[in-house]
Amino acid sequence: MGTTVTDTAETEPPVSDDRPGESAVGIRGITKRFGDVVAVDDISLDIANGEFFALLGPSGCGKTTTLRMIAGLEFPTEGSLTIFGQEVGTLPPNKRPVNTVFQNYALFPHLDINDNVGFGLKMKKVKKQEIASRVDEALAMVRLTHMGKRRPTQLSGGQQQRIALARALVNRPKVLLLDEPLGALDLKLRQEMQSELKSLQRELGITFVFVTHDQEEALTMSDRIAVMDRGQLLQVDPPEAIYERPANRFVADFIGQTNLLEGTVQDATTVCLLNGARIPLESGLAVGTQVAVILRPERATIEPRDAATAGRSSVDGVIRSITYLGNAIVYRVGLDWMELDVREENRPDSHRLDVGEDVVVSWDDRAVAVVSE
Amino acid sequence: MSDSTARPRGKTKWLLSANAVAVYLFFYAPIILLFVFSFSDNRNVGTWGGFTLGWYRDFADNEPIQDAIWVSLRVAFITTVVSVVLGTMAALALERFKFRGQRVFDALLYLPIIIPDVTMAVMMLLFFSQGLDIVNGLFGTQAGKGLTTITLSHIAFCISFVSVVVRARLNGMDDRLEEAALDLYATRWKTFRHVTLPLIAPGVAGGALLALTLSLDDVVVTQFAAGPGSTTLPVYVFGLIRRGVTPLINAVSVVMLAASILLVLLSVLLQRRGDNAPAAPAVPAGEQPSVNTINQ
Amino acid sequence: MTIAEAPAPPPEAVDDEPIVEVAAATPEFERAAAKAESRRGFLIALPAYGYLVLFFAIPLVIVAIYSFGTRNRFGDTELSGWNLDAYRKLTEPLLRDILFRSLWLAILTTVICLVVAYPFAYFLATRTPTIRNIMLVFVMIPFWSNFLVRNFAWRVILGTDGPLSTATSAVGLGDTRILFTPTAVVLGLVYGFLPFMILPLYAAIERIDLGLVEASRDLYASGWQTFRRVLLPLSMPGVIAGSILVFIPSLGAYVTPEILGGAKSTLLGSYIVTQFLTARNWPVGASLSFTLTVIMLFATILYFRKGGRTL
Repeated sequence: MGTTVTDTAETEPPVSDDRPGESAVGIRGITKRFGDVVAVDDISLDIANGEFFALLGPSGCGKTTTLRMIAGLEFPTEGSLTIFGQEVGTLPPNKRPVNTVFQNYALFPHLDINDNVGFGLKMKKVKKQEIASRVDEALAMVRLTHMGKRRPTQLSGGQQQRIALARALVNRPKVLLLDEPLGALDLKLRQEMQSELKSLQRELGITFVFVTHDQEEALTMSDRIAVMDRGQLLQVDPPEAIYERPANRFVADFIGQTNLLEGTVQDATTVCLLNGARIPLESGLAVGTQVAVILRPERATIEPRDAATAGRSSVDGVIRSITYLGNAIVYRVGLDWMELDVREENRPDSHRLDVGEDVVVSWDDRAVAVVSE
Repeated sequence: MSDSTARPRGKTKWLLSANAVAVYLFFYAPIILLFVFSFSDNRNVGTWGGFTLGWYRDFADNEPIQDAIWVSLRVAFITTVVSVVLGTMAALALERFKFRGQRVFDALLYLPIIIPDVTMAVMMLLFFSQGLDIVNGLFGTQAGKGLTTITLSHIAFCISFVSVVVRARLNGMDDRLEEAALDLYATRWKTFRHVTLPLIAPGVAGGALLALTLSLDDVVVTQFAAGPGSTTLPVYVFGLIRRGVTPLINAVSVVMLAASILLVLLSVLLQRRGDNAPAAPAVPAGEQPSVNTINQ
Repeated sequence: MTIAEAPAPPPEAVDDEPIVEVAAATPEFERAAAKAESRRGFLIALPAYGYLVLFFAIPLVIVAIYSFGTRNRFGDTELSGWNLDAYRKLTEPLLRDILFRSLWLAILTTVICLVVAYPFAYFLATRTPTIRNIMLVFVMIPFWSNFLVRNFAWRVILGTDGPLSTATSAVGLGDTRILFTPTAVVLGLVYGFLPFMILPLYAAIERIDLGLVEASRDLYASGWQTFRRVLLPLSMPGVIAGSILVFIPSLGAYVTPEILGGAKSTLLGSYIVTQFLTARNWPVGASLSFTLTVIMLFATILYFRKGGRTL
């Protein structure tokens, strides 16, 4: 059972009032096979009530399939799926207390916005007046109050997305599922929507589970992230832990930029890199294990070759290329046995180094992590 | 597109435009001429002899023709209703489900579209001859070919055409919409009623129009499936034409023409209202009602 | 989509419902759910399937059976002794002539339609959407108009006292005597089936990214070269579709030759009909119909093999 990790001095999100002790979504040993292909391979995790949870991974990793199994659009081949303790694995989607925001919104083109948003309520035979008031409420929540009589095709992408959200939330689901909700939006809009979704979730206290392949999005919005690859669950942790302490190479590489420095465990406190350099690191792994030291580009410092690097691990190299990103500069440094990236904030007092220059790249030993697989 | 070099210009443009105009003239000149000559007071259909409405009066008074019209309408109506229902169901089964024998069904559904009219007519003739013998033998009845056999034959080839049109529509439809409906607590049936059906409605309407037209236009199959005493308008007119061209036939033809043109315009109008987009032709270009059955 | 109904469906309201017994997720359950779904699909298909088996497949089989029968003295068909007589008759000179004549006319019609329709379709595809839609509606109107009537119109026009004749006489060319000749038949067939060629061609050309034409021009190709090397290959599916849609009905044509053709040059369709109505040689009529169908089937399979889409 995860706890919600907050990195600012915010209060914990309000928890919805049913079954406070249960996890909102319980996944145990869920496997999904399509013929010979194993889309989801024996995964288990718990999503806590009120959490903003992300399923993250490259395409084909099984994250969407997992979401669909929670929604009921696919049945698991094996395993148990519970929602607040109620086993739902084989229930059809129209009998589950969850609603989905689809990737391309799936708004009904032949209905106006009011009918779209009220669709679920109508299916549940809620009274007309109540439908009308709840629809108004939902539209107000996504700040599209006067759009009721319009058609989906008359709305912009961002508006359609909010209507899709309203359509799902108006039913007061216990869990809200979002399938790559922000994929189709442009950058600015996406960032806006990210913060809107986050604050909406905080306000409502409903458990949000969303699928994305954009790791930045996952890091920004979620309380916890589940990283998946090829049907397997690799790590489930809050964003900070995923970033600082990835469980394996894949996670390290997938999240953010990273340099992987190959080496072996020499003893309890040292890792020996391929070039022979010894790095003080308590890996907790057996002597002789092949490992990779994870050095994030922004954690490395780059200076001219003769600069002092006392108390820090370092390697020597030559600048191969420089990329100017506006707010930062990325140096690609060639070492004898590999290349690594160093990212420096673009400040007036930053070094002005050139391609071909001899440099030394150093880092604080507390700022790296190590993985074995 | 406006300044693209793909757009023909200069000499090519002139040639292509001329070709287009020629094609339209080719299409409409006979129809217009027919229309004009239906008012000609001359026993010779192709010659002008002063204006008259006489032929149309003859048309209205002609009993065999009025009877034939009535038969055509009844057959067409039942054919349309049945083939739309069966054709839509077939389309749904093929597009939204997987079952054993689906490929066979798919192939079987295609056959009526590619089969030559004449063969279809022959098939119906032989089938009903044999079939009626058997039925009469078993039940001691004296049933013969007639309206029923005509209608049964029409339905046989119309189902396929309806299903092609509806399938195209189903294909083009986002099937996430049906998932969304289920996610929003709809049952399978309610999903169909509130989401699928409204969205394929233009296709269903298009299929209905197609079935109606095919049934009203058919000549050979009807001829072979019909019995003594029951005949549809096209078959009757066809018989008349073979005996000789008369102004009466001309008048009948114009009426038939007007009816079909009205149907087209009606469907185009409905299409325009149905989609909020510029209207596509009643049958989406690219899904052609094929082949023979249009009326040989 | 795998959906099944739960054994004990919970009530509509979703708050505070009792814990419900739900089937466990196992491969068996998955299979059972898939089977149930499959069955549902089959049942939905059943009415149409059954209808077509009864009123189409079986009649087709009956035709095949009859084609192996013999015609006895009274014009009835004996089905007892199976033989290939009816098929052998097809190799006789009379029938070979009819077959070749029909094939020739059908090919001629197809080619003419292609030559006329392609430029038209290209022109249509390069118009603005509004104009395109208007133009399409005006192509559709004759397309949907009664076929019989459209043939009759030509009968009227081509008659010796018809308007065409009057026109040519006035110019000094004398009466037109096109009626009741193969030319009239081809004219009638082209008139009837030109829309069948235009529409698939238009659909195929419209799908082509016209940026490719621009690129071709940019690379110094002339109009003709662009057509030959870019447009034509890319629009080939449309060409094939249109050709099949014109060739097949032209080959089996009956109404048009009856109205516009003469007794001198009989075509397949008419010949088959006479076997049933007048000559009363059902086996031969059946064998011919069946052969015709097989030819059509080949043509269609060829089309699909060449990667054609749904007709």
